[in-house]
Amino acid sequence: MTADKIWALVRQGFIDTLYMTIPATLLAYLLGLPLGVLLVITKKGGIREMPTFNKVLGVIINFLRSVPFLILLVMLFPVTRIVMGTSVGTRSIIFPLFVSAFPFVARMVEGSLNEVDSGLIEAAQSMGSTTLQIIWKVLLPEALPSLINGAAICITTILAYTAMAGAAGGDGLGKIAITYGLNRREYGVMYAASIALVVLVQLFQMIGNILTRVTDHRRR
Amino acid sequence: MIRIEGLRKIYGSGQTTVAALGGVSLTVMKGDIHGIIGMSGAGKSTLIRCINRLDTPTEGRILIDGQDILAMKPRELRAMRKRVSMIFQQFNLLMQRTVARNVRYPLEISGVPKAEANRRVAELLEIVGLTNKADAYPAQLSGGQKQRVAIARALASNPEVLLSDEATSALDPMTTQSILALLQDINRRMGITVVVITHEMAVIRQICNRVTIIDGGEIVEEGDVDEVFTHTRSTAGRRLFGIVSAEPHDELHFTDAIRIVFDGDTFNEPVLSQMILKTGLAVNILSADVKQLSGKRYGQMLLEVPASYEDRARLMNTLSGMGVTVEEVHLS
Repeated sequence: MTADKIWALVRQGFIDTLYMTIPATLLAYLLGLPLGVLLVITKKGGIREMPTFNKVLGVIINFLRSVPFLILLVMLFPVTRIVMGTSVGTRSIIFPLFVSAFPFVARMVEGSLNEVDSGLIEAAQSMGSTTLQIIWKVLLPEALPSLINGAAICITTILAYTAMAGAAGGDGLGKIAITYGLNRREYGVMYAASIALVVLVQLFQMIGNILTRVTDHRRR
Repeated sequence: MIRIEGLRKIYGSGQTTVAALGGVSLTVMKGDIHGIIGMSGAGKSTLIRCINRLDTPTEGRILIDGQDILAMKPRELRAMRKRVSMIFQQFNLLMQRTVARNVRYPLEISGVPKAEANRRVAELLEIVGLTNKADAYPAQLSGGQKQRVAIARALASNPEVLLSDEATSALDPMTTQSILALLQDINRRMGITVVVITHEMAVIRQICNRVTIIDGGEIVEEGDVDEVFTHTRSTAGRRLFGIVSAEPHDELHFTDAIRIVFDGDTFNEPVLSQMILKTGLAVNILSADVKQLSGKRYGQMLLEVPASYEDRARLMNTLSGMGVTVEEVHLS
């Protein structure tokens, strides 16, 4: 295969991969972020203590997290068909990606928020803050660098999942590496696609690191 | 006025319970700087945290200006907390906010218009002397500066009461002095009642006019600072005032001693020499020091005295005749 053709393939794969990764990540945060907040505020000793609710939520999240993505993808076929209109193709992968990623996001957010010094929350309470004010003005801003760092990890994890999307007819760099490299022994294409994936992961991680550093005022 | 009645706080449940407070009753008068002192674990932190309900007591009542804060609904509780501010040992500043935005926080949550809030922030930073640090982040400040920001923040809501939970315990002696001076200034200029929790008698001596000594979750002594200082009755008080050592092993091996306290009038008199000349009795000085107490100077001495009852009585009479406060101390 000519270099031109490989380049065209990889470029299309690059676009397809982003087309799956970015919306899935955004959707995962749309649900995962509030769930993470709920996990933190309802825990024992949290600002809105609800131990039973917290436990149930924790179990559901752990259950979803423990199902391997490939299995989840297949299990979700009927639901995906309803939600996305189809269960094959690049676009349809967004839904299972989202379902498998939001519990992960929730746990990441929970971890970040738990790092916030409990003294700050107490100070906010002592000033007469409402629960929502504590979430918006204390918990989230104070955890921002850690949340961004977590987001970089989440997006690269979701990126890795897209590589399995080939199994459900999704395109992208992973699919290209498998079909051309594994099935047709076109190793040039396989390496090009793999390198593109590596570059993408590095890129996300680098952006994450920079943003984490810029937003962190905890050290001088 | 803050009235605390029969406050009990019990941690744990079932068989393993610990009483942090065992029935504490206390009144803090408006305009006072009221110190609550005790060794660590005495229950003083629990007590102050109950006053703004960061901790909820197991039993008892807390009335602030006649309102029972334990009966308050969440909304009333938040309103009360804006009238009763708090500063902390670890400052608890929002690290992701600049100094100015930290001070603005209480105004933000109360919905004060931005322009007005900014004006007030500038005013508060002026009071605590940090105008030039408005755009700095807490991580760039020293401990003393952080506590000043915390004080400005605590004042933003125009509180009537300021609770200080070991606010100077993480600071060096010089910085402690300046923070205490600031608290005193705030008390005088704004008429804010200050409740100070500390384990350091120096803090009580420098700024408080009332003191409560707490030990093992109970109040062991209470009164005006100079009164409690000159007539310390409780063992915990004596330990805190340094009359007897807190360390049992370096205690001296005798039981009879007297403690004498000089105040402003007798401070410059050669009391001890006169006493020896008058009575012809020798004494042994065990300890002596000079303390500042709300602006006045006090000297105190611990004297080993003759064992006979008559001699001791003669000594003590002579000393009280010279206008010195005398009391017997039984060291063990």
